[in-house]
Amino acid sequence: MAAPRIIVVGGGLAGLAAVIKIAEDGGTVDLFSIVPVKRSHSVCAQGGINAAKNLKGEGDTTDKHFDDTIYGGDFLANQTPVKAMCEAAPAIIDLLDRMGVPFNRTPEGLLDFRRFGGTLYNRTAFAGATTGQQLLYALDEQVRRYEAAGRVRKFEGWEFLSAVLDSKGAARGITALDLRSMELRSFPAEAIVLATGGIGAIFGKSTNSVVCTGSAQSAIFQQGAYYANGEFIQVHPTCIPGEDKLRLMSESARGEGGRVWVPRTAGDPRPIKEIPDSERFYFLEEWYPKYGNLVPRDVATRAIHKVVYELGLGLDGQPMVYLDLTHIDRATLNRKLEGILEIYEKFVGDDPRDVPMKIFPGMHYTMGGLWVDFNQMTNIPGIFAAGECEYQYHGANRLGANSLVSCIFGGFKAGPNALNYTHGLECPNGDCGHDAELARQAEINGRLLKNEGTENPFKLWRELGQTMTEHATVIRYNKGLKQADEKIVELLDRFKNINLSDRSQWANTSFAFARQLKNMLELSRVVAKGALLRDESRGAHFKPDFPDRNDEQFLKTTKASFTGSSSGPRIEYEEVDTQYIKPRPRRYDATK
Amino acid sequence: MANKTVAFEIKRQASPDAPAVWENFELPWRPGMNVVSAMMEIAANPVTADGRPTTPITYDSNCLEEICGSCAMRINGKARMACSALVDNLEQPIRVEPLTKFPLVRDLQVDRSVLFDNLMAVKAWVPVDGTYDLGSGPRVFPQQQEANYPLSNCISCCCCMDVCPQFNEDTNFVGAATIAQVKLFNNHPTGKVFKEDRLRALAGDGGIQECGFAQNCVETCPKQIPLTNAISDVSRDVMIQKAKDFLRG
Repeated sequence: MAAPRIIVVGGGLAGLAAVIKIAEDGGTVDLFSIVPVKRSHSVCAQGGINAAKNLKGEGDTTDKHFDDTIYGGDFLANQTPVKAMCEAAPAIIDLLDRMGVPFNRTPEGLLDFRRFGGTLYNRTAFAGATTGQQLLYALDEQVRRYEAAGRVRKFEGWEFLSAVLDSKGAARGITALDLRSMELRSFPAEAIVLATGGIGAIFGKSTNSVVCTGSAQSAIFQQGAYYANGEFIQVHPTCIPGEDKLRLMSESARGEGGRVWVPRTAGDPRPIKEIPDSERFYFLEEWYPKYGNLVPRDVATRAIHKVVYELGLGLDGQPMVYLDLTHIDRATLNRKLEGILEIYEKFVGDDPRDVPMKIFPGMHYTMGGLWVDFNQMTNIPGIFAAGECEYQYHGANRLGANSLVSCIFGGFKAGPNALNYTHGLECPNGDCGHDAELARQAEINGRLLKNEGTENPFKLWRELGQTMTEHATVIRYNKGLKQADEKIVELLDRFKNINLSDRSQWANTSFAFARQLKNMLELSRVVAKGALLRDESRGAHFKPDFPDRNDEQFLKTTKASFTGSSSGPRIEYEEVDTQYIKPRPRRYDATK
Repeated sequence: MANKTVAFEIKRQASPDAPAVWENFELPWRPGMNVVSAMMEIAANPVTADGRPTTPITYDSNCLEEICGSCAMRINGKARMACSALVDNLEQPIRVEPLTKFPLVRDLQVDRSVLFDNLMAVKAWVPVDGTYDLGSGPRVFPQQQEANYPLSNCISCCCCMDVCPQFNEDTNFVGAATIAQVKLFNNHPTGKVFKEDRLRALAGDGGIQECGFAQNCVETCPKQIPLTNAISDVSRDVMIQKAKDFLRG
């Protein structure tokens, strides 16, 4: 019998991790990716990957990693899968090490570890400040090895459009669009793994890459998949604002000793170096003496907002604060942080070894994502999900350097589980829904291309980004969230009046973008409505009108389902698995 | 102050067989503006400088922070990444063209898959036994890590190949990027088990001997990878391998 064929969509860390396991276990894989997989967004991860290897004599354990992760996520994550991830992390680091990732080393030739946010231990392995790039390349190389052996076929430059579902609602393949020839095709598979990353594009500008639109997640959400905890959006405290995107300045800058501050006096006219220490407001260190600059991201982001918008202490009246590395010697900076220092130098023009960086929070990561069970399967039989596109490991706030480990761990689980699912699967009869799904997609495409409206998709997208950033990021009010939802409904309506300035059938980027935009709009409603209904503050979700965590009512996973009606997604709640660690107040200004 | 604008001249080509045309654009200047944000502006308002409606420009881009390697193109004649090309540092009109040595897809988009084929041909990977838990990897001293890390920073943008006079159909030269990866994997304690295979792959037609030492690659590389050092080191190893193979008969 032929080896089961599995489709993996997305070639970042989670997707490649799934591919490697499936190929190793005897399956064959068709790997779909919008960009060549080596250019996936995982390359942008900078600071490192967490694992309690305890190589610094601190007594770190996987249990402490587990506790930090659950506490950092404000108890919203299901504990069973998080515990398993933290226990698996040390072996994942060893594997990456064996694959040749050039991790930084101690003088003895062992792996070096550094501090990161939300923990007091040196738990983060790193390769300079380009850890994600190095990890992605290592997995890319292993996948190329399986490609050379004929176990993997790559479909790079193809965009996933939808799942093909049989009459019982189980996955039987996908439809996809060739972004060059614009050919629409369906591909059979016995199981599918979605590893399609983040959703930054719904916020317009974010730290995410261009492909991180959430379009694939939204497509299967609209086909019946649950989307969980969509309202939990991480805004990273330290980014460089830009015209085209917000560029991340890794948490590792603070892990290596970087300090965040503003002058105590608004508009202090002195050159930076002449402002004495006593007149610098190191607000994170003052407010959070134990964790200092390494509080979790949601806490640091809100503190920066407070300093800028409540205390009026932003630099030169602008929404910016200093991230200062100038007290650290250049050799250390170059050895451990060169990648990000180069980014700052290239895009801003100043050398952060000499001048403090000017930074501000920016949308960075979605804790929410496709609902999956503990086997990484969505509620659609045969569709699995791994990586940022699913919700499982980070609760209400992700700790820095946990994303890379959750991607690889999730992929390592999803791959073999997808393969297992195919065993005992009934032989498909008929065409399993392929023709019907192809016809549905062809109809959508035809309508878009023929539309004679007046709306430009890129302009609609800008409006969406402004609305979502204004109302659904750091500080949330119910009034604003309602406005955001009304705005999205308006944009969905205007979308019907779209006009593609390009109607050609060759490498038509407007067409591909318009398809993504529709899905972005539907997904934005999930984020806005989930946030509107959650009247509490937990992790990254903060409502000044409901400043406390409310476990009685909201220690629950939000599950959104698509209704197709104008009232938007239906929201229901599910109990959280808290069997190992009893929820306790989350206070980074005191000992936990 | 009058609203400042930025002038662009962009080479357009609707398909591989279509004729190439230049289009001019006059775009509002913004602080920190780069070439990619100019493309985004054109997509939102696809009108040329003389007021003719046109189509959004097709180009590759993804991370926009010079780490994914997507947006390589020729900007004012230089092969470079469009995301890190800040308009304030460029002479105007800013002339933007696709890379010149790769099959054109449309506008500024070209097909660079040859690099990935080359990486497969030289087995650019570490052959691990499996992904199960086999304990920690080999010890690597910081000095070795510091030598290998720069090579591992290659973003596969292919700028080094585009500017290389020897990278063409006549020579079939693999180009500097692949050679640097051969050095990287031959340096790895486990990766070096394929050292001989990799060197032989570079010994034949289109191999390392095609390099003409123009040094354009190392000057162009956006990641400052020591490409010419890699070429001379691997070149030496290929010679030794050839001699060994000759003596072995």
